[in-house]
Amino acid sequence: MVISNDIDLSLLDPVLEKYQFEEGALIPILQETQQVYGYLPEEVLVHLSREVRVPLSQIYAVVTFYSQFYLTPRGRNIIRVCRGTACYVRGGRSVLRTVEGFLGIREGNTTADYKFTLETVACLGACAMGPVVVINGKYFGKMTSTRAKIVLKAI
Amino acid sequence: MAKVSLTIDNQKVVVEEGTTIFQAAKGVGIEIPHLCHREDMLPTSACRLCVVEVDGARNLVASCSYPVSNNMVVRTNTERVIKARRLIIELLLSDHPFDCMTCEKSGACDLERYAYELGVPTTRFQGEKHAYPLDETNPFFVRDYNKCILCGRCVAACNEVQFVEAINFAHRGFNTKVATPYDRSLLDSTCLFCGQCVAACPVGALTEKSRRFQGREWEFRKVSTVCPYCGVGCNIELDIKDNRIVRVNAPANGVVNQGRLCVKGKFGLDFVHSPERLTTPLIRDGERGDGKFKEASWEEALDLVAKRLSELKNRSGADSLAILSSAKCTTEENYLMQKLARAVLGTNNIDHCARLCHASTVTALSAAFGSAAMTNSIAELRDADCIFIIGSNTSENHPIIALEIMEGVRHGKTKLIVADPRKVRMVDYAHLWLRQKPGTDVALINGMLHIIIAENLYDADFVQARTEGFEELREAIAEYPPSIVSQITGIPVDNLYQAARLYAQSPKACILFAMGITQHTTGTDNILALANLAMLTGHLGRESTGVSPLRGQNNVQGACDVGALPDLFPGYESVTDEVSQGKFEQAWGVSLPDTPGLTVVEMIHKAVAGQVKGMYIMGEDPVLSDPNNTLVVRALKNLDFLVVQDIFLNETAKFADVVLPGVSFAEKDGTFTNTERRIQRVNKSIKPIGDSKPDWQIISELASRLGYTMTYNHPAEIMEEIASLTPIYGGVHYDRLNQQGLQWPCRNRDDPGTKYLHKGRFTRGLGKFHATPYREPFELPDEDYPFILTTGRILYHWHGGTLSRHSPGLAEIRPEAEVEINPQDAEMLCCSDGDLVELASRRGEILVKVKVTDKSPQGVAFMTFHFKEAPVNRLTIDALDPVAKIPEFKVCSVKINPATSQE
Repeated sequence: MVISNDIDLSLLDPVLEKYQFEEGALIPILQETQQVYGYLPEEVLVHLSREVRVPLSQIYAVVTFYSQFYLTPRGRNIIRVCRGTACYVRGGRSVLRTVEGFLGIREGNTTADYKFTLETVACLGACAMGPVVVINGKYFGKMTSTRAKIVLKAI
Repeated sequence: MAKVSLTIDNQKVVVEEGTTIFQAAKGVGIEIPHLCHREDMLPTSACRLCVVEVDGARNLVASCSYPVSNNMVVRTNTERVIKARRLIIELLLSDHPFDCMTCEKSGACDLERYAYELGVPTTRFQGEKHAYPLDETNPFFVRDYNKCILCGRCVAACNEVQFVEAINFAHRGFNTKVATPYDRSLLDSTCLFCGQCVAACPVGALTEKSRRFQGREWEFRKVSTVCPYCGVGCNIELDIKDNRIVRVNAPANGVVNQGRLCVKGKFGLDFVHSPERLTTPLIRDGERGDGKFKEASWEEALDLVAKRLSELKNRSGADSLAILSSAKCTTEENYLMQKLARAVLGTNNIDHCARLCHASTVTALSAAFGSAAMTNSIAELRDADCIFIIGSNTSENHPIIALEIMEGVRHGKTKLIVADPRKVRMVDYAHLWLRQKPGTDVALINGMLHIIIAENLYDADFVQARTEGFEELREAIAEYPPSIVSQITGIPVDNLYQAARLYAQSPKACILFAMGITQHTTGTDNILALANLAMLTGHLGRESTGVSPLRGQNNVQGACDVGALPDLFPGYESVTDEVSQGKFEQAWGVSLPDTPGLTVVEMIHKAVAGQVKGMYIMGEDPVLSDPNNTLVVRALKNLDFLVVQDIFLNETAKFADVVLPGVSFAEKDGTFTNTERRIQRVNKSIKPIGDSKPDWQIISELASRLGYTMTYNHPAEIMEEIASLTPIYGGVHYDRLNQQGLQWPCRNRDDPGTKYLHKGRFTRGLGKFHATPYREPFELPDEDYPFILTTGRILYHWHGGTLSRHSPGLAEIRPEAEVEINPQDAEMLCCSDGDLVELASRRGEILVKVKVTDKSPQGVAFMTFHFKEAPVNRLTIDALDPVAKIPEFKVCSVKINPATSQE
């Protein structure tokens, strides 16, 4: 767990204010908190727990249950490689290997300079375009190892 | 409520609407297999083992949560149901170790039981298995995740039963596990180690360390008894093997605690088997205070005690002797001790630690109501609309009572007001927190009275019909308008209004208080003011109302009830009352002294002056527990003869001429009376350790040697004598003391006891208002001693530590003293957590480590008196409340300096 000392808890105030009278709003609060900080730092969750009067153990339960929440800082660029069946049979696996090699990290990790986070997904529903790689929300279809390198170099 | 009629396994069943199938079946003796469900928790339907067939329903339904309906037809044991249950067991076994032959839970494991009953020897499902390391990080229990079946009982126990919220399910799918935030050790979480999770676990995933490899489940003998720590008096069940307590459980039907315990009750009773227990009488061998002793026989020791006490009595008179009795011992033993003082030695010089905790309660509530005890019962708390806690750190000192309060707060029933200078845990549950300056309670309460009268919120009918002295009160509190009270107490005016209105306007409101109110030179006034508040608003004599002192020791109520006090006979009859004196003289066959004796602190002062020459101290450690202990040590050194009776060689015993080994609660029969006046049986569970003897036997044998024959064969006979002489205990007989105990007043055999006091009439007739002018604490901060020192206790330890520090787990989790100070004070003093400081008052100094916390307000230092290495009572002041003679433990002045380097 990375704990940095320069986390500004006051950035959370607008989120808390917006949901202050709403019961059961933990998930939207966590989503918006993650938008503010890019991930869910521990001191933010401790603060949140006190403010919304939800035990930290319960917040941790929710955060670790949903894959959308992150407890560690993520890179500035999010790369998601599809591992679905259609992409796989068209060479998705070698695309993933290439991206891992290029970034020097395994899937699920973030580069030391926080420039890239690499994730895999089970299916993006764009099988006709496979193999698919999504970079910062933009879809790249018919991916090959060579094209992957070109796209990544351009970032 | 409407009735519902249904059929379960061809039986006609009629139950109330809203009942679950599971409950309805149980009612007619049909037990449905279940793993996740427990009746003290909300059903989660997680394990699916309790499924049953309901005619017309497409799928099997989970009976633990499915409500009954009219004409429903339920089958609990069909082919289809059994097939489903077998499948569930098989799936659970697919990721469960098959090590039942060495598993501690074997014999009490629900998974093992249902696998056996359903005939599931193994599993068809082979796949990935978890291999988690054993979590042995905390001193009390082991977590084996590999055995966890994710039923969620421990999570519910932690969240719903104990409100600790340390654990929950974390992660997802196959990797789901029960975890603290960030999967850390429980030591780094909010866990309070109550062990509720361990008690709830249906398999071997959570196991007490104390019982590991100590025997199989079916080898344990079970004895029901009462926890010996605090005044709550929790019902416990001891598992015994080979004269050893292997484990402590709380029976679900326990009348006081309903299956709940705190860490001391669950894991802190192993002091009984400490190797440091006294096992034989000792006689001093060397200078007094050296702590050097030689072993002696009982004959030798008791002969010596009898000889020396007789000599002192003959030479200097009976009043040169003084006795400290013990609120840790049974009621029967306290009765014998005061009988020894009065009838055998001929002095009223008998007192005990009640003087130091609730003497002011006794004086004040006797004056206001006519009897001094908790007016209402613990179980009524959860139905109160408003609870006003003042000067009680309830969650640390009366943990199970705190749970009753949290129960009401959590379910939206109770509004909680907490008045405390420290930010104690109850503040987290409070709707309103009043942070008064230490020692300003009278002003705060007078301020509330002022507002209630000014706004006409008082109960005029109650005041008219049941009280006297209202006009005097009205006049006296005119001087306490909110603006002035706010200045004195530091509480914002708005909060004073909110508190007064909330308390006065709630239909049922009760007041709880403890040492934060009593241990002041204004202790009596503090409580008189609280009595005024309750009488003014009519919050008395009904359920879930009242003025309830939370008594500290397990049996301080009983010790007071039977007259271990210098001015009162058993049953609170005055020693100066001729009729009472006559009654006891006739019963005991001797003439009795008619002047009140010395109180605890007065005994010490008289010993220093040489007027008290001999003392007999049972189950108390005044060197650690009395104020200004430098003086206590001087007093003990100055005695001609000191006999100490205890289970450990405590700090006081080191000054003794003779040490007599008594026994713990586990080794004797008797009764304890808890804070709600409930007399409960203490059952002998094991044989006395070594050559130690039950305290009632020691006192009897000593009395006989002093020429007054006491021939009791069993404590039941002593209780018969108490019942015959003490009207409030008149109906208390051992054969009546079942699981429920009896709450006094219980006047005769047909009297079921009394749940709450002052119904329709106060004990003294009319309730009496008293004017209580505000007075400052005796010693206030100044330039030389700028901090206020206030003292108290923590959850993990007990008083002078004689018991809890001999429990290895408790000793490990809180090994040393800390002084709590506010972050701003810490910055000013340039110290941080763990730094050693010198804490000094006008009476002495100690070295102690700092703990920086916003629990303490600025300018206030807090310390416990549990640790002999840093005895805070070297600093406290022996200034007394003029009426109750209780010392002001809660306020004195100190200075804090960095420790000098020679330490």
